Amino acid sequence: MADAGDPHEEILLAPIERTGPGFYWAVALLGVLIAWGAVAYWAQFTSGLGVTGLHQPVGWGFYVTNFVFFIGISHAGTLISAILRLSKAEWRRPITRMAEVITCMVIFIGAGQILVDLGRPDRIMNVIRHGRYQSPLLWDATSISAYLTASLTYLYLPMIPDIAILRDRLGKRKLLYSVLALGWTGTEHQQRVLNRAIAVMAVLVIPIAVSVHSVVSFVFSMTLQPSWHSTIFGPYFVVGAIFSGIAGLIVTMIIFRRAYRLHYYLKPIHFRYLGQLLLIMALLWFYFTFAEYLTGYYGAEPEELKVFWAKFSGPFWPFFWTMVLCNFAIPLLCLVNLKRHTVGKVLVASLSVLLGMWLERFIIVVPTLSLPRLPFPEGIYWPTWVEWGETAGSFGLFALFYLLFTKFFPIVSIWEIREGREMALREVEERIASYLPGGAEGES
Amino acid sequence: MALWGMVIDLDRCTGCQACVMACKAENNIPAVGMKEAHKERVISWMQVLTETGEDQHGAKMRFIPRPCLQCDDPPCTKVCPVYATYRNPEGIVAQIYARCIGCRFCMAACPYNAKYFNWHTYQKEAPGQNPDVSLREKGVVEKCTFCHHRLQRARERASAEKREFDPAEYVPACAEACPAQAIVFGDLSDPASEVAKLAHSPRAFRLLEELGTKPKVFYLTEGEAGG
Repeated sequence: MADAGDPHEEILLAPIERTGPGFYWAVALLGVLIAWGAVAYWAQFTSGLGVTGLHQPVGWGFYVTNFVFFIGISHAGTLISAILRLSKAEWRRPITRMAEVITCMVIFIGAGQILVDLGRPDRIMNVIRHGRYQSPLLWDATSISAYLTASLTYLYLPMIPDIAILRDRLGKRKLLYSVLALGWTGTEHQQRVLNRAIAVMAVLVIPIAVSVHSVVSFVFSMTLQPSWHSTIFGPYFVVGAIFSGIAGLIVTMIIFRRAYRLHYYLKPIHFRYLGQLLLIMALLWFYFTFAEYLTGYYGAEPEELKVFWAKFSGPFWPFFWTMVLCNFAIPLLCLVNLKRHTVGKVLVASLSVLLGMWLERFIIVVPTLSLPRLPFPEGIYWPTWVEWGETAGSFGLFALFYLLFTKFFPIVSIWEIREGREMALREVEERIASYLPGGAEGES
Repeated sequence: MALWGMVIDLDRCTGCQACVMACKAENNIPAVGMKEAHKERVISWMQVLTETGEDQHGAKMRFIPRPCLQCDDPPCTKVCPVYATYRNPEGIVAQIYARCIGCRFCMAACPYNAKYFNWHTYQKEAPGQNPDVSLREKGVVEKCTFCHHRLQRARERASAEKREFDPAEYVPACAEACPAQAIVFGDLSDPASEVAKLAHSPRAFRLLEELGTKPKVFYLTEGEAGG
């Protein structure tokens, strides 16, 4: 590989070559969050789930909410990267890697929530030893494992040429990069094989991702409980997952754009396009939410209505209406006009969506459980410091994993940018010419 | 094969809670303490639900004793990822405490809220406990099994005495303790048994029958004797 490249490529390698004080401050801050989470988990492990705020009707709370939320965020990678790659959207080039890393890191954290939620985490192997395939939790375990495998492969394959660049250019970690580069030299044959492998994985990863969030929703919708037993849940959860995934990706992009000075690569146009995608997802999310709640309300089944009103005007109204505000009103206001202040507006909308989507998961899990059908005492759920700690620790762990990744590998794909500059311009011109009447291919 | 079931006459139930206490004593159900009780963590396999309704004479309290309803199509067993809960051939929904991973999916799926979780280590080996019932550790779900150990004991006694097992020898603690004799227990598959006859009485109904869970606990409506 020629090193001539672009002088701006140095920017992409800089975080791997040098480490500034900002990195240590970030690690220290995340370390505090992770320590809080560790202390909380230790307290829970030694004395039982009783240290949480969970109780008799509400047996699921923050942990299950976090599980659904994190697995949802993981859809950033697949959907952005795989779909944009397949549809040959050229603007994707500086974004795909960031999205794929989110996916891989967050699946670990998301699956970990289930472990945290278990009363007997020491018996987790029973799921394999005595697994019952009738249970949606087993469907979850299967499809999340498949998703993790596919996503790791899909992250790793496009990294190979970049790892080879690191191997040739960087003085340190020679062994690691040599092993991971798999002898990449950039021959034509290698490139053909790689492009083919990437294309196969991109196609494969999409149905797996859809299956993952569908079965996550099946954990709820397969039960008979009011407001859970709904056929729309599969697609509703997939839409919500993509929605929060895009928001998560935008926030990550903005943070690293600032921290690693990537303004040359991540331009306002990227944020405008992603903002438009986010806007579409907000509208789609609203449509699904509307369809789901209208059906429940119009059918007026008493048990369904009990949960419905608890959300609309009962004890859960602050969560419900904040969710609507965050997932619909604020994104709509921010994103309809992205001509000016693009990055700022997109950031506000994304943060709002992240909060709103977390609340959406919470508002699905808790109200149904807190309103039993039979005349039991009804209970609202208040988390304790343990659940807050575990949540903070999970976010901290995710951010730390991500940060460490950027210290080992370039967060923007170097070779794909190069390829874009050297080949894509011509290819795109030819492709567009072929779309037009009387184009180059001349098929009748 | 027997199909164990129960009929509870709501007309006879006075809400005295004797069944609740008998169940707790029989099955080593821990007293969780006041602090935990305030957090809604009381464990009570048999629970008397109270409902205040109106009739022509004004406010009226209604009592519904609720054990596990031992559904024939139980929503809890399907969702268990490790076969820790299952319906045994005689229709009793069992729970394997040593296998349960504590995911609480069965609790979320049970429309009768008949499953209970051990939030802490509530019980330890202590004098006065029933040696036939295992102690539950923290982090597992527990439930009513119609005092399944009493069935095993009755069967063992019959086989030791080399005679046929008589279903009348098997009665759960709650049915035995009820001073109003509101709880009738027996084999639903035997049409001659009292429990089967009562289950077919015109007064008989089942809780949330519309859900299709097919409970084997029947109730007899109240208000027939009063006027």
